[in-house]
Amino acid sequence: MSLMKRNVLLSALTAATLILASTAAQAEMVLHRGNGAEPETMDPQKSTGVTEANIQYEIFEGLTTYSPDGEVVPGMAEKWDVSDDGKTYTFHLRDAKWSNGDPVTAEDFVYSFQRLVDPAIAADYAPIADPILNAEQIRKGEEKDLTKLGVKAVDAKTFEVTLARPAPYFLGLIRHNTFLPVHKATVEKFGQDWTKPGNMVGNGAFTMESWTPQASMALAKSPSYYDAANVKLDKIVYYPTEDISEEFKRYRAGELHITYEVPSDQIKFIEANMKDEYEAKPYLGTYYYVVNGTREAGSKKEVREALALAIDREAIAEKVTGGSFLPGYSWVPPGMIGYKTQYVSFKDMPKQQRIAKAKELLAAAGYGPDNPLNMEILYNTSENHKKIAIAVQSMWKAIGVNATLNNQEWQVYLDTRDEKQFDVARAGWIGDFADPVTFLDLFLSDAGVRNDAGYNNPEYDKLVKNSFGIGDPETRLASLQRAEQIFLNDLPIIPILTYKTKHMVSKKVQGWAYNNLDFHLGRYMSVQ
Amino acid sequence: MLHYVMRRLGGAVPTLFIIIAGAFFMMRLAPGGPFARERRVPPEVEANLMKAYHLDEPLWQQFLRYLNGLLHGDFGPSFKYKDFAVADLIFGGFPVSLQLGGIAIALALVIGVTLGIWAALRQNSWIDYASMSVSMVGIAVPNFVVAPILTLVIGLQLQLLPVGGWGRPSHYVLPVIALCLPQIAAIARLTRASMIEVLSSNYVRTARAKGLPARLTISRHAIRAAILPVVSYLGPAIAGIITGSVVVEQIFSIPGIGRYFVQGSLNRDYTLVMGVTVFYGALVILCNLIADLLYGVLDPKVRYD
Repeated sequence: MSLMKRNVLLSALTAATLILASTAAQAEMVLHRGNGAEPETMDPQKSTGVTEANIQYEIFEGLTTYSPDGEVVPGMAEKWDVSDDGKTYTFHLRDAKWSNGDPVTAEDFVYSFQRLVDPAIAADYAPIADPILNAEQIRKGEEKDLTKLGVKAVDAKTFEVTLARPAPYFLGLIRHNTFLPVHKATVEKFGQDWTKPGNMVGNGAFTMESWTPQASMALAKSPSYYDAANVKLDKIVYYPTEDISEEFKRYRAGELHITYEVPSDQIKFIEANMKDEYEAKPYLGTYYYVVNGTREAGSKKEVREALALAIDREAIAEKVTGGSFLPGYSWVPPGMIGYKTQYVSFKDMPKQQRIAKAKELLAAAGYGPDNPLNMEILYNTSENHKKIAIAVQSMWKAIGVNATLNNQEWQVYLDTRDEKQFDVARAGWIGDFADPVTFLDLFLSDAGVRNDAGYNNPEYDKLVKNSFGIGDPETRLASLQRAEQIFLNDLPIIPILTYKTKHMVSKKVQGWAYNNLDFHLGRYMSVQ
Repeated sequence: MLHYVMRRLGGAVPTLFIIIAGAFFMMRLAPGGPFARERRVPPEVEANLMKAYHLDEPLWQQFLRYLNGLLHGDFGPSFKYKDFAVADLIFGGFPVSLQLGGIAIALALVIGVTLGIWAALRQNSWIDYASMSVSMVGIAVPNFVVAPILTLVIGLQLQLLPVGGWGRPSHYVLPVIALCLPQIAAIARLTRASMIEVLSSNYVRTARAKGLPARLTISRHAIRAAILPVVSYLGPAIAGIITGSVVVEQIFSIPGIGRYFVQGSLNRDYTLVMGVTVFYGALVILCNLIADLLYGVLDPKVRYD
């Protein structure tokens, strides 16, 4: 009896605290966001993933930044000049402060850019800085002197970057989170601990308040941010939500305002019941199958084309993945500004004709009922990859290809792919910035392990590499379009789907807008 | 007593060493590495990373470096969660695991012992048969089967309790059930068997013959003796709860160290996996020692000199 009384008392107390907590929450405006995996690091230069970038864009601001709809807009740089040869960018910094009150200076950017390419930091993303003069030599250790990097503080408010080659996408490129500025004195004082709450100093709209790994990270509005007057949220709480069905339940329970993902088995339910909270739009990513061109069957163009023809992309996008992807007929996904999307030649061919042509091509390559083509599809453990592989298997069956499935754990799969021990492997690629180069340079013949297909076409190499030196955006993009056309004609990989960004966004959230890079800064949002 | 404790602790050193060495070298046999990802890093960047984490040294040298770190209380940096040292992660996650495991073991003891005594007192009745067959199932079905079934039925179909997460009291229910079920079963069976034996012993019969009421005979004389095997089972039970929590924390997305163990293995986060292994190993050794000491306190026949 006494135990029960205590329980009643306890639950009354809990209820009271909950009520108190919720009234407190009404006083402050707090946004709760699901954010996928636990961030690996809050150090911009050391990070690799989207989950980290989402949070870092709240805490730091680069030279240029994102508008709600993804345009390049001034960040720490108020304005900039580009030299006539397209190789020198001069950024004029605004009067902005770090969260500890120090002014943001050109030296901060020099330090941060050098840090990105410094071999001692060992940044995964260091190659992203390659367009900058000497960046490649420094990260490879060929040039030991960090100050040789093409960055310079002309004065406290003027930052100058010299490029090794013109890169018309440079203003978009330096929005990448690895280019975010860090506060030198803080990094040097705390070492590895500089990203901990209390130590961390940023220049963005929010500061880190608390971080409990695997549970949550809370950010509070920064009073020292230059545009603080227009920041409406008092707080943003990011939750790691690796389990997407659990995330969806928390969203439905009202615990989250924005989700990181949407479970594909719930899409039917969502479209029927909560359609206006469901945001699914094209993303800058391609889901594809790599054909191993170093193996006999995969080296034949007829085989690759037949395999590509036989895949019914609409059926996979709509039926297999429940509409969580779009059918993909290109390598560079649609939506790159100024770039005309290139498609595989058979995009508009009717299904029957595609199958007939695929059979013809296989026969021409020497495969048929007497000598059937056997292919193994390699994929890493995931319900979606498995479903898609099974669908492809049955589609290939229709043209007489015997496909077997090989499911491997993530790390084993990566090893197998690197060692090219596969016939066909599933893969995905998300662009780092809104320019076709982020896709096309993957399959340069000298791209190393990243070029899983072992693709080697000198003409393609020439077109892509030449584009690096072209300053005029239109000529440059035209050269890249020609390169992709050659690529899609050779089909070293089979594009299958275009990724979609998928979020549940509560009707209480205002200021959310779609952009194909899928970055949504808290400084533009508010909660009713 | 002190001598005994020292001897046991001394004996734990080689055990721990074998655990460390085994885990260290087995971890390195697994394919992949901590820096493998879909966006493959260029070779020179990989070389920089390997160098930064001393992975470019010969394996034996890395092992010695690790042992040396351990001796100085340093578990090393996490390869995956780059802003944290392994020790930060373990000591951050341990309170959560401790709460979960503590509640589970306490519940298992209370329910298991009660059930066992009850079954023993009504030996060969339907209550006895029912509780013993249920507990047989409890022992036979592992918690990685129990946990998803609980999620499916209670979480998803009946929608009574959250299927994952941590923080609210309702988050505790399913994982605690999944963790303590097999232990309840084992403890109940142990208690029943020893209770039956004790009930037929001479001193209990004497007590009854003196005219002591059955309730007092049981509570004053029988239980203390009957519970001894349960105490010696506590060591393995705690080990079971700890290893069980690895699975259960992962299934219910609980931010304890069991989850780090699983994530660490999948990410090939060598130092994190090693850290958790060493920590768990030391914990199990310590719990076994405590259970043995407790046994000495309860059983007058056992003396540690």
